[in-house]
Amino acid sequence: MSGHPTYQPQGALMKWVERRLPIGGLIHSSFVAYPTPRNLNYWWTFGGILSFMLGVQIITGIVLAMHYTPHVDFAFKSVETIMRDVNYGWLLRYLHANGSAMFFLAVYVHMFRGMYYGSYKEPRELLWILGVILYLLMMATGFMGYVLPWGQMSFWAATVITNLFSAIPIIGESVVTFLWGGYSVGNPTLNRFYSLHYLLPFVIAGVVVLHIWALHVVGQNNPTGIEPKSEKDTLAFTPYATVKDSFLMVCFCIVLAWFVFYLPNFMGHADNYIPANPAVTPTHIVPEWYYLPFYAILRAIPNKLMGVTALLASIVILAFLPWLDTSKVRSARYRPVYRQFFWLFVVVCIGLGWLGAKPAEGGYVIASRILTFYYFAHFLIVLPLLGIFEKTKPLPNSISESVLGKAKAGAAALALAVALGASMTPQAAQAQGHDVAQPPQLKWSFSGPFGKYNQAQLQRGFKIYREVCANCHSLELLSFRNLAEDGGPGYSPAQAATVAAEAKIKDGPNDAGEMFERAGRPADRFPAPFPNDAAARAANGGSLPPDLSVIAKARTYERGFPWFVIDMFTQYQEQGPDYIAALVKGYEEPPKSMNMPAGMSFNKYFPGHMIGMAAPLQAGQVTFDDGSPATIDQYSQDISAFLMWAAEPHLNARKRLGLQVMIFLIVFAGLLYFTKKKVWSDVHA
Amino acid sequence: MTTVSSAEHTRRDFLYIATGAVGAVGAAAALVPLIAQMNPDASTIAAGAPIEVDLSPITEGQVIKVFWRGKPIFVGHRSKKEIAEARKVNVASLPDPQADEKRVKEGKDQWLVLIGICTHLGCIPLAHQGEYAGFFCPCHGSQYDTSGRIRSGPAPTNLPLPPYEFISDTKIRIG
Repeated sequence: MSGHPTYQPQGALMKWVERRLPIGGLIHSSFVAYPTPRNLNYWWTFGGILSFMLGVQIITGIVLAMHYTPHVDFAFKSVETIMRDVNYGWLLRYLHANGSAMFFLAVYVHMFRGMYYGSYKEPRELLWILGVILYLLMMATGFMGYVLPWGQMSFWAATVITNLFSAIPIIGESVVTFLWGGYSVGNPTLNRFYSLHYLLPFVIAGVVVLHIWALHVVGQNNPTGIEPKSEKDTLAFTPYATVKDSFLMVCFCIVLAWFVFYLPNFMGHADNYIPANPAVTPTHIVPEWYYLPFYAILRAIPNKLMGVTALLASIVILAFLPWLDTSKVRSARYRPVYRQFFWLFVVVCIGLGWLGAKPAEGGYVIASRILTFYYFAHFLIVLPLLGIFEKTKPLPNSISESVLGKAKAGAAALALAVALGASMTPQAAQAQGHDVAQPPQLKWSFSGPFGKYNQAQLQRGFKIYREVCANCHSLELLSFRNLAEDGGPGYSPAQAATVAAEAKIKDGPNDAGEMFERAGRPADRFPAPFPNDAAARAANGGSLPPDLSVIAKARTYERGFPWFVIDMFTQYQEQGPDYIAALVKGYEEPPKSMNMPAGMSFNKYFPGHMIGMAAPLQAGQVTFDDGSPATIDQYSQDISAFLMWAAEPHLNARKRLGLQVMIFLIVFAGLLYFTKKKVWSDVHA
Repeated sequence: MTTVSSAEHTRRDFLYIATGAVGAVGAAAALVPLIAQMNPDASTIAAGAPIEVDLSPITEGQVIKVFWRGKPIFVGHRSKKEIAEARKVNVASLPDPQADEKRVKEGKDQWLVLIGICTHLGCIPLAHQGEYAGFFCPCHGSQYDTSGRIRSGPAPTNLPLPPYEFISDTKIRIG
């Protein structure tokens, strides 16, 4: 269904080129004259959004690759260098990280839209299968990208996912060793993941070309599911679809910008700000949210090989959808029974996602099994039978005839989401029944869209760090120069140099080949209190005082439903500082029933309650020049604010730029809305 | 009737142009971080701070190399003969005329501090070599004299001087 060959090159040069390479004609027939059904709704704009997001991911990814070091010793630090030192590095990394999540969000909308309107049916089977291949490629790319920062979640995701292959009978172990390039996940693994993570997006781009090619051969499906019959049923791609796609794309960018600028770590895991440690698995490992339903299916089945097979089958089964659905009618609009089963299926997928994030125990496992069974039943039982037994509604004669009727799918989706949310609340609250106390939510100067650090507070916090924390804890990602940088405690370069000069830095070798100590310079990093981890453990009764550079982002506490949804709108991102502030004052007498080993203290906020650090702050321990009270309450907030700055030094710049970007996007979206209305006015008239 | 339709036209055109312009501004602004990230990052800039060099161990006739901002800096302790040779030449006849006095600090004639990068295409010249016993670039044959001035070969200008100052008689700060 290619467009009419109406392209007439203008000017001698264009004519010269067109005779030799008809690229102008190709672009014109594909993206200008290409006829689109006139009744496409906004769910159809997600294909364009996905192309846009692929572009965003490739561009930000190429740029990040210019600064990233794929080596187990440097990967984590190079990512932190991007966040701290590279110009706009924090923006590029947050765009890339949140962009991947938004990419998956868009692909899920796109897939569910295809399912609702039967876009996979004859003659679009191959188009759909190419889509399933794209989705698999996206999953592989997303997974390998998640490994690259080499935090705890990266490392253990790499371990768990590659171990899926060990389920293969006989050759499983050899396959896993082959994937790792070693006897465990290590440097060769990281290197090959980096290489493949760079390669796969271009493979995706190639398959996208095939996907769009196939689309342009068979034409777009539409909400009625009947093919366009005359010119009256279609509109030219440009300007009609272009302006409509652009409008929703900008709206989508507003959501993306909301996360990038205000909730950049909302969809990530705090544990991934802890450098990879092959000796310790995080207590609660879950994949990124977009893999959760499949993770739930994996865990629902108590047999290793069967679990992995079910996981794979749950994705591969999508490719067979065109033949499993036996109904002759495409759109759910004219399939009243299928429509209900479709929404049930959506709920099941979301439910599986929720279960995937829960611990694999008790009722959760039983629920996972039920939903897993239903997931497969939808494809293998419901769809084949519906085609036979369902009584469909009469189809309209043409698209233009149906334009008068409007779908209410959006409202139904919203109602379902609300119902789902409500149904989850009590269960979630039940799951919250851990005995670890919830840190109280404090007021922070840097919270909310207009928040910024309080310089005096950061200076007080730094004083506490220097006089108390620095005796045991390193701050190795920070340099003395950071103290004088924009958005920080606001010291002058001379003051930062003075602080630096008071530190002893190991340097060398000198001309005689010997190491020596010299006074610190602003460019030096904060020296660690102990020469190595073993020394730090030995001096602290066997416990390793963690580095504090990113601790405010590496610590969190479980928010649970519905709070994590509400947090999205209130921009609550201060779990880390809240936890730290609570922890440093959370010391109590241990309950009688608890047997405390020597050197351990009881802390009501610390997971497990047994903490190796004795109560670190006593009232009066640090005196402030600005007359702030020398109380533990004051200390706990100041040190937490300081550590938040240490973990996120560009927060001020981030929120300032975020406001500008938000204003721009809202104005742009408004203009596009009116442009769209104008362009479409003659269609609706 | 025609006036109404042309006013309508103008309003529509204005909307289209405004939307296009805002979009173009956004696209241009999005390029800023993508381009700015190529510039040296904050740690590189901080590491490019001035360095201090102790001159006391450098014996007469010796040229040492130190690194500042990743560039080799030649610090030479010139002999009387080398200074005399650098000063007897007719400055106007040089390809890049500059008096030797202008290339050293006053009263510190013996200390020659140069960025040791050939001005032709960036190779490192060898000290005490070539026709003028100054510096000779092995890549494409540029010859520099004992003041680091270009005398023959493809290099267009003299070896540049880094910013530096004497903080004592035996110590300089480069940068």
